[in-house]
This record gives sequence, C-alpha cells and structure tokens, in this order.
Amino acid sequence: MAKSKTAKKTDRDAETLSKIQKLARQALTQVGKGSNPALEIRTRTLSNVAFNQKKRIIELGDRSQSREFFNVAMARKFMQTFLVASGCKNLIDEGKTVSIRQMFYMTKHTLEGSSENTFEDQNESDPIIEDLEVGIDALREELHLFANRRGLLVGKLTVNDAGDTIDLARMGRGGWGIPSICEPDQLKFVKNSAEFILCVEKQAVWHRLNEDRFWEKHNCVLMTSEGQAARGARRLLQRMAVELKLPIYVLVDNDPWGLYIYSVLKQGSINLAYESMRMAVPNVRFLGMSAYDYKKFAMPKAAEIKLTKEDITRAEQMKAYPWFKDKKWQREIQGTIDNGFKMEVDSLLTKRISFITEEYIPKKLRDKDYLQ
Amino acid sequence: MSSSKTDSEPLSMPPEPKRRATAESMASRQREISVSEFFTKNRHLLGFDNPAKALLTTVKEAVDNSLDACEEAGILPDLLVEIREVAGPTSAKVGKLKEADAGPGGGPSRFRVIVQDNGPGIVKPQIPKIFAKLLYGSKFHRLKQSRGQQGIGISAAGLYGQLTTGKPVVITSKTGKGRPAFQIHLRIDTKRNQPDIVQEDTVEWDPEHGTRVEIELVAAYRGGRTGVQEYLEQTVVANPHLALTYVSPKGERTEFPRVTSELPREAQEIKPHPHGVELGMLHAMLADSPDKSVKQALVDDFSRISPAVAASICQMAKVNPKTPADRINGEDLERLHRALGQVKVMAPPATAVVPIGEALLVEGLKRRFPRAEFYASTTRPPSVYRGNPFVVEAGLAFGGDLPLDELAEIMRFANRVPLQYQPKACAISEAVYQTNWRGYELQQSKGSLPQAPMAIAVHLASVWVPFTSEAKEAVAQYDELLREMKLAVQECGRKLAAHLRARANADREMKRRGLFERYIPEVAGAISEILGLEKKQVEKPFYNALPTFAGTSDEPGDGNGGAGPAGSPAPASKARPKDAPPPPQAGVARRSPKPRGEQMTLLE
Repeated sequence: MAKSKTAKKTDRDAETLSKIQKLARQALTQVGKGSNPALEIRTRTLSNVAFNQKKRIIELGDRSQSREFFNVAMARKFMQTFLVASGCKNLIDEGKTVSIRQMFYMTKHTLEGSSENTFEDQNESDPIIEDLEVGIDALREELHLFANRRGLLVGKLTVNDAGDTIDLARMGRGGWGIPSICEPDQLKFVKNSAEFILCVEKQAVWHRLNEDRFWEKHNCVLMTSEGQAARGARRLLQRMAVELKLPIYVLVDNDPWGLYIYSVLKQGSINLAYESMRMAVPNVRFLGMSAYDYKKFAMPKAAEIKLTKEDITRAEQMKAYPWFKDKKWQREIQGTIDNGFKMEVDSLLTKRISFITEEYIPKKLRDKDYLQ
Repeated sequence: MSSSKTDSEPLSMPPEPKRRATAESMASRQREISVSEFFTKNRHLLGFDNPAKALLTTVKEAVDNSLDACEEAGILPDLLVEIREVAGPTSAKVGKLKEADAGPGGGPSRFRVIVQDNGPGIVKPQIPKIFAKLLYGSKFHRLKQSRGQQGIGISAAGLYGQLTTGKPVVITSKTGKGRPAFQIHLRIDTKRNQPDIVQEDTVEWDPEHGTRVEIELVAAYRGGRTGVQEYLEQTVVANPHLALTYVSPKGERTEFPRVTSELPREAQEIKPHPHGVELGMLHAMLADSPDKSVKQALVDDFSRISPAVAASICQMAKVNPKTPADRINGEDLERLHRALGQVKVMAPPATAVVPIGEALLVEGLKRRFPRAEFYASTTRPPSVYRGNPFVVEAGLAFGGDLPLDELAEIMRFANRVPLQYQPKACAISEAVYQTNWRGYELQQSKGSLPQAPMAIAVHLASVWVPFTSEAKEAVAQYDELLREMKLAVQECGRKLAAHLRARANADREMKRRGLFERYIPEVAGAISEILGLEKKQVEKPFYNALPTFAGTSDEPGDGNGGAGPAGSPAPASKARPKDAPPPPQAGVARRSPKPRGEQMTLLE
C-alpha cells in the first residue's frame, strides 16, 4: 500500500518512532544471532507496584517479564505486540490518531492458512497496547492512540482545544466532553476564575448540580468522571491541580468502590502505575460521602443499603493498602464496615431534591469536613 | 447323548456287562489294549476331538516333523502345504459329531492334506514304522529341543484319516539325487499297533530329496484363531528360515519366501539333569545299566555329574556307590532321587536351547505384519526350570495397519510351534495379562489385554516344555517360566513405550513448529514495516532459528504444559527411525545370566 509519509513529525513523534524501531531492531539482532528474540515488559500486577511514601503515588516496580517469540505460551502475544507497534508506527508516519478499538481492527486479520485471527477481540488487543506503552516507555497519546472519552466538565474556566476556544461556563445542560488526550500541546488553559474543582463520581449527580447551577454560585469547575476515571479525565485533573493550583474535592458513593475511585485519582492505579507521575493528584480531597455523614446529616433509614460480603472483603483489602494506612483512613473505612451499610450520593435526595446542592456540599466545604 | 458315548462309537466294544462278573469271566476279557485302540478312545487327548481341530492337528504334525527333519539335516526348509477338498462320502461315524464341532461352513467333508518337504528323506524300511506305528520316533528317548516330542503325532493323524475315510496314508520319500523315490500306501493295524503296507512302488519324483505325506480325512476347514491359515502364518513368524507355499481348499496360493538363510543353530542333545529327573525315569535309567555301579551310572547318564558329585550323591542317599545300578530299588531309589534333587550341581548347558533371536524374531513379525509402525523383540538369557534349560523371547509389532480399537493379539510359541488352543490356561497369556501396559502408554482394562494395534509373540524354547496336557495346547504356569515370560514381555513393553513417547514428542514438536511457522510471517512483516526492510530479509533469520527452538521443551511457566511427562526419554532414543526395529545388539544390553541360586553356563 502506498504510504503517505507527508505528515509533519513533531520531536515527540520522532522520539517515539525511534523507540519502536529500537524494539524491532533488537528482536531482529537477537534472532539473527540464533537466540530467542524477547521483549522485556514490566509486570503490571499488584506484586510489582509500590507506594512511594515521599511522592505519595503508586509506582511500578522494576520486575519485568521476558516475552519470547519461540515459546508456545508467548509467541502469539509477541506477534501481537509487533503488530501493534507496526500499526502505531504507521499512525505516526501518517499523523493520524485512532481509538484503541480502531487499532484492534487495524491489526486484526486472519493468519494465512488457518482460521486463527491475529486478534480475536478487543480484550486481547487492549492489554497489548498497554504492554507496548511500558515496553518502550511511551505514552498512549505518543503512540497516536486514544481510548473512548469519558467524563464531563462545566464551570468557570476557558480552554483551547486543538485551536478552538471553549468557555466552559457556556456548555448548557450537556457539559463539555473531556477528550481522551489532554496533553498541553493540544489542550491549553486560557482563562480561569474558578476557586476549586468538584469532581463527582456519577453523571446523575453532576447533572443535579449543573441544573442547580452549583458551579456558578460557588465559583468552581464541576466535573464528573462517570465512574472510574478515564486517562483523559485523570490527566486533566492533574493538570488543573498543578497548572491552575486549584484544590480538588471528590464526591463519591460511600462504599469501597467509591473510595477506590478516589484512591486512583489520588495516587494512581495498579494497572497504569507507570503513568502515576502524570496522572496522580496526591493532595486531592475526599469530600464524601463519609460513613460519618449518616449521623451528621441525620440521614433517614431509607438511605441505607446493606453491605454485601464482597463489599466487606473489598473494604478489608483497602484497609491493607499502604496508602490507606493513616489513622483517619482506617477510621473512615472501618466506619463503613461498622455501619453495616453503604450509601449512594443519590440517597441525599431522600431529604429533598436539592439538599445536596444547597446543604450537603456547602456545609462540608464550610466545615472543611474532608479527608486528604 | 453324552460325549463319552460318541467317543466310544467308533469302537466296536462289547456292551457293558449288566451283572457282576466272576474273576474268571473278567479274565477272559482282560487282554492287552493296543495303543491304536487307546488312541481311538482318547483321540481328544491328541488333538483330534473335532473335525476342524483334526485338520489343524494333521497339518501341524506333518509340518512339525518336516521342519525338525530339515533342521536336523542342516537343510533350509522348503515346504508345500496343500489342502484339497475331495469328493466322497463322509464317514457316518464322524458325521454324527455335533454340528457345533464342525464349525461354520456346514458339516465336515473330506479333505486331502499334502505336506511336502525338501528334507533328507526317510530310508525305506523306516517309513512304515514312522508313519504307521504309534509312539515310534527318535525324539522321545532323548533330551533335545525339537518341535514334536512324543512321536505320536503323525501316525495318529494317519490313523485318524484311516478311521474316518478308510484311505491309507501315502508317503513318498527320496533320500538323495540318483536314488529311487519310494511311494508307500500304509495302513495301521489298530489291534497290533503294526504297520500294514497296502501298496509299494518306485516312482519318478523330481525333488533331489524330501518327503511327501498325503492323508485323507474327514474334517472341517475353518478360519480364525484356531484355523490352519493362522497356524501357518504364525509358523512363518517363528521360523524366518522357512520358505512356505500354502494352497488353500479354495485353490488360493500363498507364498512366504524365507527372510533369512541362516538355519537355527543345532540344538545339542543333553543328558538329563539331576534336578529334573523323575523317580520312574531314574529307575528305568538305572535298570538299563546292569553292568555299572550306581556311581558310574550317575556319571554316565546325567549331565553335570562328575565322579566327585556322584560320590557325594551316594553319600547323601546312604547308598553304597559300588552297588550295581540295576539293584537299586525301593527306599534306596527314593533316597537317591531325593539326593539328586538336592545336590548342588551346575545348571545344564544352555547350548541345548536355541532361541529364534531378537533380530530374526523381528524379521519373522515383519513377514506377517509387514506394515506395522514399530517392532521390538527381546531374548532373555537362558534360565532353568526343574533341571531343564529354557529361553523365553518376546516380540511385538505395533501400529501401522494393525487394527485400532481392538484388543492386542497374542501369538504363543513353544519350540517355534504355534499354540492356538486354550489361551486362558497358558502361562504365556498370563504373562501378557499380568503386564501393566498402562505403564507403557497403552490402554488396558483391569485383567484384560491391552487395547492397541498390537500383536505380541512369546516364544518358549526348551528341551522339555511343560504342557498342561498331552494335546500340547498350553504351557503350564510354573513360576520360573512365568517370571521369565513377564520379564521378556515387559522389556518389549519398555521399548514400545520409549517409541511411543518419542512419537508423542515428535508430535508436540510438529505442533510447536506449526505455531511458530504461522506467526513468523506476521512478526517479520511487522518488523520489516517498522524498519523499512524487505520482509524476506527479516523472515530468514527467524526460519533459521526455528529448528533450534521447535524441538526444545518450553521452560516451566510456559503454561502450555509442553513438557513431557516425567521421565521422558533421552534425546538419543528419539533419533531412532520409526520404521526400523531397534538394533538387537545395541538395544537393551543383555544382562549377564545370573539366575538366582542356579548358575548357568553359556558354552557359545
């Protein structure tokens, strides 16, 4: 196929390209010498991450696994890694960016003389992309890939995204969709008059607050991660914290899963530990919901949801994480276990529709009732 | 109705007395019973109990005799076996045999069995005695490995033919070039156990020497495990030096050319060994030496008894060594017998036993199973059973066109003669059953034969084969024999297992190789794209490295379980080509023959 190598390459592109080429040349040299070509890929498991007490982020350890071609269990993944590397090389050459799903289709085909596909589904290609990221120490966006965007934003902030200036105070009911890639070369902060950032777990809660014009009254940026935060949302949050020097408050459900969403924003995740440096915001504040809000706000019984066995197991696991070793966190997690129930942020509507906007959040902010 | 009635019918015996007889009246009926009469009453003991078996036994006795004669004369045997169906009424007597005995294919009919060899021939005066006198032969009176043992076989076959068809046996024999060929028609006088020459001619006969036996009998031709065809095919396996032509009743001609021109080494005749002699035999031996002292008789008539050993035997038996041999009787004889069984002597010479040999047994198996995938064989070192030296050997053919999903086939041989009846009673079958074939990568239900495309041959060579009955159908299960048989079968099993494991490894290697071969174009394509190289240029080093990695087993943690089961064979054993049998000498090294207790000497 005719390749258009016309696209202008940035320095960053040139560097990524040379990393990919180095990987390929290394394999070719190894096999040329009659040895088993291998890729060194750092292990992305709990056993190979460590909590850096000083930086207060989760970092990937040095343990790596050698992925060999002449090994029945690894040959397929070895091949897939190179298919993705080659696909990324083409994207860089052509100056295009595709989603990880599109990359799956770019590299998927049937092997000659068999019914076997290079990739059977996206669940196979996504981890390979992450392997390549750690394997050559390149970021996803440097590979010209992005994940599906997730997360909404509205508030007292003006940004410039790929040349378009956007006033985030004029986004109507829908808000601004946070792009998957939020790197400074494409996304720039133009003007900021917000005093803090409120990030909520659920889109419905964000919608409640947006309809109530919370961000206008409190002069802030209102964001939702729509569940577990995607890379774009995390990167944006980190940039706002560092570049705009704004405090960040997080509001999640009162259960171990909600707390883990906060935890990932704060010190990074196990799977993307190699990205923690760019994504974790160690001083992000846990606004709620706290196990102790039940009494503080005299919540009705209707707000309770009984803890499942799974919830308790997960809570115990969290208590063991080094970054939750602090007394206040132990107390918070133990509080939920002792309550025997969990609460969704939505349960604040048992009081009244705008209780959350008018009383819960303002009171928590006023009382500085948060954990950090 | 009863079988005994059927058996007695051919004899015109007087009716059973209805009253108690007096001693005098009994004495009037007491007379010598001729062996021929004995035979007609007890033919089931000799293998003539039904028409199908009678045919097999007739062929078998004639072939055994021919092979023994050829080998003794040092002639490579060329045999013709022909069975012709002939017109003529079947004997009423045999016709009354139960239908079931006749087997499939309807009732019995008349057959003419012709067995011709290129042996040394028989001198004319001996012909009638050999073929028409029961218990006449050269083999009964000596201890030497041979096919026939009692000298009853061929004359019994002739007698059976005579009884069922009334036809005499026709013998043609010639002892050398330029000598006349005699053709003699013989009957047997059943009362006197004497041959009766019906007709005698000198005829023109092309062969330089040899013997041709023709017997007409009422019989049934049957296929399958107990058939004549099976007998001949198995004979061909155990006798690689035999060239055989077989013409079936349908006129089909099958040729089995010989696969070796090496005659089996001549078995040496040995004297009885003190540990194996029976009391009656000892008595007869001593009685036959009237001019000797006991001591001298022992030294002369037994193997491994030196004058010193004889003296100590006499001492143990509390018998004066100078007593004339024929005067030893009663308690003296019993003590002497006991002393003979206890005295420490060397084992009998192993030269008396001639095995087929590992290489030739494989050649023999190939004659019957030319398209098997794997052959193995084992010849055990000589061992001793009750003073009789013996050697057990086993061979197997596996895979190829042998039937899958069936139980393995056992071929049993005693002194190269196939045993076709009574497999369940035989030590050979027992040895195969008792072997744990699952340990050799085969499927086997408990107490059953392995289920595999496999034929197993076990051969017992001995100067004296302990059969379970006079019909010589099954080998008695004596511990010493069973142990050696199991060891032989197990050794073949181990060779097979090594082959099967090597094959499984090769399969795994093919699979691994296939996997890598599938991915190489992809990896090479990607790398060439990244580096801007020609794909072929990148593929080449990968294909070059492939052989190195396709064979080796993955390291642990491979997850695929590529590693073979524990104890997979060393790479050296993989190298053996699939079709070639294991080199007999290079195979499992022969263990030095050290049978427990008794020490064996190998004179070769």
